[in-house]
Amino acid sequence: MKRIGLLAAIVAIGLTGSVCSADAQNKIVIRSVPIGNLKVVDPIWTTAYITRNHAYMVWDTLFALDADNKPQPQMVDTWSVSPDKLTYTFTLRDGLKWHDGGAVTAADCVASIRRWGARDGMGQALMSYTAALEPVDAKTFRLVLKEPVGFVIEALAKIDSNVPFMMPERIAKTDPNEQITEVIGSGPFRFVANEWVPGSKVVYEKFKDYVPRKEPASQAAGGKVVYVDRVESIYMPDHGVAMAALASGELDLHESPATDLLKLVEGNPDVVITPNDKLGYQLFMVLNHLHPPFNNKAVRQALAWGIKQEEFLTAMTGDPERFSVCAAVYGCGLPNESKAGTVPLLHPDPEKAKSMLQAAGALGAKVTLMDPTDNDLHSAALVAAQTLRRMGFVVDVVAMDWSTLIQRRASKAPPEQGGWNIFVTNATATGTANPLTNNFVKNCDQAWYGWPCDPRIVDAGRQWALATDPAKQRQLIDELQRLHMENVTNVPLGMYRPTIIYRKELSGIIPAPAIFYWNIKKQN
Amino acid sequence: MRVLARRHPAVAGGVVILAVILIATLLAPWLAGHDPLFIDPLARLLPPSPQHWLGTDALGRDVWSRTVYGGRVSLVVGVAAAVIATGAGLLIGLVSGYSRIADALLMRVMDGLMSIPTILLAIALMAVVKASLATVVVAIAVVEVPRVVRLVRGVVLSVREQPYVEAAVVAGSSFGTILARHILPNTLAPVVVQATYICSAAILIESLLSFLGAGTPPEVASWGNIMAEGRIYFLVAPWIILAPGVVLAVTVLAINLVGDGVRDMLDPRFAKRI
Amino acid sequence: MWGYIARRVLATVPVVAIVALVVFSILHVAPGDPAALIAGDQATPEQIAAIRAKLHLDLPIYQQFGLWLGNALAGDLGTSIFSNRPVAALFLQRLEPTVALTVTTTIVAVLLAVPAGVLAAWRSGSLVDRAVMGTAVLGFAFPVFVVGYILIYLFAMKLRLMPIQGYRPIAEGFWPCLQHLVLPSLALGLSFMALIARITRASVLEVLGQDHIRTARAKGLPTRRLLFHHALPNAAVPIVTIIGVGVALLLGGVVVTESVFAIPGVGRLVVDAILARDYPVIQGVLLIFSLTYVVVNLIVDLIYVAIDPRISYRGGS
Repeated sequence: MKRIGLLAAIVAIGLTGSVCSADAQNKIVIRSVPIGNLKVVDPIWTTAYITRNHAYMVWDTLFALDADNKPQPQMVDTWSVSPDKLTYTFTLRDGLKWHDGGAVTAADCVASIRRWGARDGMGQALMSYTAALEPVDAKTFRLVLKEPVGFVIEALAKIDSNVPFMMPERIAKTDPNEQITEVIGSGPFRFVANEWVPGSKVVYEKFKDYVPRKEPASQAAGGKVVYVDRVESIYMPDHGVAMAALASGELDLHESPATDLLKLVEGNPDVVITPNDKLGYQLFMVLNHLHPPFNNKAVRQALAWGIKQEEFLTAMTGDPERFSVCAAVYGCGLPNESKAGTVPLLHPDPEKAKSMLQAAGALGAKVTLMDPTDNDLHSAALVAAQTLRRMGFVVDVVAMDWSTLIQRRASKAPPEQGGWNIFVTNATATGTANPLTNNFVKNCDQAWYGWPCDPRIVDAGRQWALATDPAKQRQLIDELQRLHMENVTNVPLGMYRPTIIYRKELSGIIPAPAIFYWNIKKQN
Repeated sequence: MRVLARRHPAVAGGVVILAVILIATLLAPWLAGHDPLFIDPLARLLPPSPQHWLGTDALGRDVWSRTVYGGRVSLVVGVAAAVIATGAGLLIGLVSGYSRIADALLMRVMDGLMSIPTILLAIALMAVVKASLATVVVAIAVVEVPRVVRLVRGVVLSVREQPYVEAAVVAGSSFGTILARHILPNTLAPVVVQATYICSAAILIESLLSFLGAGTPPEVASWGNIMAEGRIYFLVAPWIILAPGVVLAVTVLAINLVGDGVRDMLDPRFAKRI
Repeated sequence: MWGYIARRVLATVPVVAIVALVVFSILHVAPGDPAALIAGDQATPEQIAAIRAKLHLDLPIYQQFGLWLGNALAGDLGTSIFSNRPVAALFLQRLEPTVALTVTTTIVAVLLAVPAGVLAAWRSGSLVDRAVMGTAVLGFAFPVFVVGYILIYLFAMKLRLMPIQGYRPIAEGFWPCLQHLVLPSLALGLSFMALIARITRASVLEVLGQDHIRTARAKGLPTRRLLFHHALPNAAVPIVTIIGVGVALLLGGVVVTESVFAIPGVGRLVVDAILARDYPVIQGVLLIFSLTYVVVNLIVDLIYVAIDPRISYRGGS
């Protein structure tokens, strides 16, 4: 026994002494925690935000939104529109290269736009108005429309999923219903494939041949200058451990810390807390318009009176400074904010809700609520259950994981036969910002889950897409908002802004819906 | 009881603790003081106070009430899983011990089940069914059955070889008589002991399952669920994990002590030792 | 002896086959559609159906099983539905942390618990005995994650002695690797230690009561020699058994420990795969687990034969 112990000690000392730590390599590394687990690498195939964030590292876009949410050219050098507003011609910047060598060409861009246009809602709309899309020469391509529309550049500058990233032609030719397998782009970082540990760590390295624009960085637009050598994105589902690791310096940045744990680092002089995404997320309740009780407009309107947005928002984020009550379907603090018809949601009256329910004969009606227990919407679901019970509904809370929920919500069957009545979900503010991108309130044959159908809404939406006069657009938005409130397409539950935390050695983090790792400097 | 206390103080302690916990859970409606399911988002994460003895969790629910009611759930899971596992294990073990053919197949299946780590098997089973108290009990029971089967089978095989059993067979005793008179009594002692261990293991497994997100549905306030939902807040509100955690540990401990005691009492060798 | 080994190996084939069948059938009965999960929030039913077809999820179950089994036998365990990488590669990538953790935990547990158990047996009935056994039993009763959080809070945050989370590969240095494994090993090993200590104590106690030990004592043999050179080897069989059984138990606790300490091991891989319905990964990894368990059992059996000449490999087991 003694001899074994001595032997072990000698071995341990020997090994310890002989090996030095590999960290002493003078590389500037940022270790950060992403918003989720990167499962799918293809940002055209999935709208998952984690994939979008990952994509921003390695791929680039033709246009991008600046800090005022105005489209600016990014990969495009110059562009022009014909006098009849039907032909758009784009010329690429010099020096754009793919990570595996080879220059970016117009053919690459054409293929990428087509692939994106097959999957994304706004892209599909654009493609439906497109007569021709073809390269003119190695650096120029043109888009010819069937009739003038006002959103071509906005579509190509889209900052929210699916973002129209440019990929090499051979990769962009992948069937849109399949995932791409290679992560090769022309963005400021390279994806280090052999160091990827799915479910745990993603590694990016600076792409030395990237040519940034000359302008300063401004949200997703401007020059993407990289000041670090390497970014390690470490997935850490345990928030407490992640917070402790950041406080001790083992991590540099956390993209979505648990708000309740922020008080652990609030007094810490080495840690900065900031709401990096000023717009944040919209929370909303999805109603099934096909089956009782919510197929009855009167019942839906009664529901709106019984909702206290504060309860939902507090349960989701805890801190009143990080959320705001908001009933605008297209978001508050955004260009298409409207106050039409918002009284019930902004001035809840549970007694009135109950009496309206009684008048509609729905007191005691059974409601099947889907509760995703494995993500943070779970709290909102439980608050929803209690709210509905308070109003006089009988609620069956069906617990399931998120993957089951997204399968079950596609079912149009009655709730007793595997369907549903209600669930709560969220979307980025930019994703709900206008009638084209906000799939969640589209109606009739374009409807999202819940299947609301009011032909007036479809009509007004179509008119908005074609309108080029801002005053007309404004009028249509108010009309849409009014119709959404009258019909109770869904129930907006307010908006909340996530915070990020990072160590003070980092600077230059750009305010945006995703964390961009260019422009960030790290002191040693 | 006094004899028990003097000769096996640890076991006596275990029995007392269990009794206390059992009574507490039975008296839950009077002991709790709050509705364990009532959500009050504006009162979330409050530290312990006279209104909330153990503070509140992330949805404003009273932790003390949830822990007390949670005891019911955990004890039910433990006892039910133990009963089902030992019942099924007894049955399968008897069949296996008796029939060579059935034995060959059944033991392979049992070996197969045992070769998958218990937690993973339980999670996989839970992933297949709609989560409910019943399914959690069944999943845990399934995972514990192989060991009971092995135990019972071992006893059956050894008892079968005994001369008096062979004599009984030759004398024409019915299968039922042999079973009831010779085999079952010998299996009873080890199975009962095993049952208590299964009970404590089940309570632990439930907490691990809930921790990983594959356990009792969240509307049910089990100790595992309370800890799972409170894990993020360990550093700011440790009472949410510690209260059910400590109570769970003490309960598991008590059950194990009782199990040890029962085993010691039933085993003639050990009876002499202490 | 080779005949015995061959027979034992052959006996494992049906076991593993049954595991494969059971695992496969369970998963395909499950609700939750990986196709819908992959397709994402805004996919149309047609897009989801196309993905299902591509993953062969629309074929009858027995055909899917046949496809999978055939490939597995050829060494191809399939490709992860989500990350599109071969299951075997994913497994190998995550193997080192889990193995390092399991090995470290076993070593720590044995080094701490066996002497403790021997001590408790030697001083049976005394305060020392009760203290050791009391601590052991308590360690068994706490769920792994509670112990983990307490350790993190005490040692990593308050005392700042250890890193809080993560794993450093051995290639980056032996000491950093070990440092990151100390807390997880303690958390994971606590219940293992309890088990080993108890069995050691019981086993050694039994041996101590035997005649040849009493004779040795009467002859004046020093205590340490008595305990470690005479008693322990004779008590070894149950202890080795429990270590073998314990490793299997450990694999369950590893899953939770990896979750708490953010260690990128196989345990987390499987749990994430199960919750995400990544069938190929679940099937492949569970198959490997069961193979491992079977092999470890075989090795343990062979160790018996080596250390205890009384056990013959000729009879039935």
